[in-house]
Amino acid sequence: MKTMKRSAGERAFEIVVYAIATVFCLFCIFPFVIILASSFEEEANFATYGFPLFPRDFTTEAYRIVLGDSQIFKAYGVTIFSTVAGTAVSMFLTVTMAYPISLKKLKYRNVITFFAYFTMLFNGGLVPIYLLISRTLGLKNNIWVLILPVAFSAWNMFLMRNFFQGIPKELSESAYIDGANDFQILWKVILPVSVPGLATISLFYALGYWNQWFNAMLYIEDANLFPLQYLLMRMMRNADAMKEMARTIGISVGEVPTNSLRMATTVVAIGPITLLYPYVQKYFTSGLTVGAIKG
Amino acid sequence: MKKVFRELWKNKFLYAMTVPAIIWICIFNYYPMYGILIAFKDYSYKKGILKSPWAGFDNFEFLFNYRGVWKIFFNTIFLNLLFLIFTTIFSVLLALVFVEIKNKVYNKLVQTIAIFPHFVSWTVVAMFMSGILGSSGFITKWIVDSGAADPMFYRNPEAWPIILVILKIWQGAGYGSIVYVAAITGFDQEIYEAARVDGATRLQRVSKITLPLLKTTIIMLTIMSIGKIFNGDFGMIYAIVGDNTGLYPTTDVVDTFVYRALRQMNNLGMSTATSLFQSVVGLILVYLSNAVTKKIEPDAAIF
Repeated sequence: MKTMKRSAGERAFEIVVYAIATVFCLFCIFPFVIILASSFEEEANFATYGFPLFPRDFTTEAYRIVLGDSQIFKAYGVTIFSTVAGTAVSMFLTVTMAYPISLKKLKYRNVITFFAYFTMLFNGGLVPIYLLISRTLGLKNNIWVLILPVAFSAWNMFLMRNFFQGIPKELSESAYIDGANDFQILWKVILPVSVPGLATISLFYALGYWNQWFNAMLYIEDANLFPLQYLLMRMMRNADAMKEMARTIGISVGEVPTNSLRMATTVVAIGPITLLYPYVQKYFTSGLTVGAIKG
Repeated sequence: MKKVFRELWKNKFLYAMTVPAIIWICIFNYYPMYGILIAFKDYSYKKGILKSPWAGFDNFEFLFNYRGVWKIFFNTIFLNLLFLIFTTIFSVLLALVFVEIKNKVYNKLVQTIAIFPHFVSWTVVAMFMSGILGSSGFITKWIVDSGAADPMFYRNPEAWPIILVILKIWQGAGYGSIVYVAAITGFDQEIYEAARVDGATRLQRVSKITLPLLKTTIIMLTIMSIGKIFNGDFGMIYAIVGDNTGLYPTTDVVDTFVYRALRQMNNLGMSTATSLFQSVVGLILVYLSNAVTKKIEPDAAIF
């Protein structure tokens, strides 16, 4: 009798657990369904029926405009360039800083660590950095403005250091005895065994670059240098950006399918992350659990 | 001095390695700190920072007397507290749920889906929000079709703290659960086994073992977030609210104000003064939260 009762309780527990997880996942997916369905919806339906969960009248018109316009490809180019080149620069700066301060034998590592750590506590604020970039460095309308100001993150550097600290000392010590110098050891001994850590930190940086729009908004006026996210933002904010897009492929301004066009552009912009995400997810998870609690 | 050089020479390659990053930090972190002077100056582009005349505390006076600025400070802290409380609750709840899902495939599936929103930018969120709460948005239409009055979300500031909290849960709860899942997986499994033998139900094991054990992690992560409570989420709020002044009463935060002071009011002195005030408050908060951390769990303290 007792076991019967308990198994009923366990069953209820099981159901609640699965229900909570499932409902939360539906909640997570819901906006994406709206985006996808709306991007294929006939424009006239929006005013009458609102944004759909499933298109009433299926059309690929919005995609025809998005993909027929060169702007989206330019934006893709800018975003891909800043993501790839940016991640490379970031990893260089991060690894060359994180490795030395991960070594106990380096006497002044605490000084350097604090030098980097202090930047996480205190900064000059928006105006000084704005003046530095736009006036002192003159990086306005320069694609590197999407990379240089965000190239180094102390937070990621400390995560990387935590990874390096987990590598057994014996590995580098035997290389020292063989006469290798620190550059060679880092390159030939440490990096090959740090691939999971490197992958995690690269992905953190890459995602940051892919999703950034703030620096574009502040420093870029040249439409050829707009990254994807900023293009989205402009489409969201002003109709002119969209009319521009429609005009280039010869649609009269009054016929611009505003709503579906916005959503189709969004789909095009998040497509790559969505496709890549399942493969890289485990690296994000491992990165968080290595360094999140003890920064 | 000689000792210093000897150490530098001994590990010259290692010190040399750090040079690129140190240069970067000097240019982009330390050099701009000198721009803080602008907070005490009557800045003009023409004259530059050094030659602009001193203004004492005029910028701060102007800031603290600025209409609605205290509401902005309040919003920043209030929204962050809401975000902190609700994402923590949901992160923990999700973690408890995830570790109880024994079906491996389903477990992987739900975790993958729950974490995904974290990888989407706020501009994308802003896009679908217009499709959900806009004038012909999915939810707006649904409310209107059910016969109720048009809620006009984008003109109704009262609704936005809740909306932003829901978005924050959507975006951050799954991601936040990762740390808790890791913590729970690390717990000693023998306790659970012993409890099971003693006849504890799964619910009892969760409420009497897992939750009490998680308490330290929850408290630690919460205290650490307190240090950032005066930093508004610019990316989120500016992407979603933007220049919609109608929503400012409940959504305007320090960071959006700093941006506006620079870009729209073109008042660089006040913008810098606001940042400086924010930085100083932030520094005090980090110090306090660290002091509390030290008391509770010395190992987790940052310095």
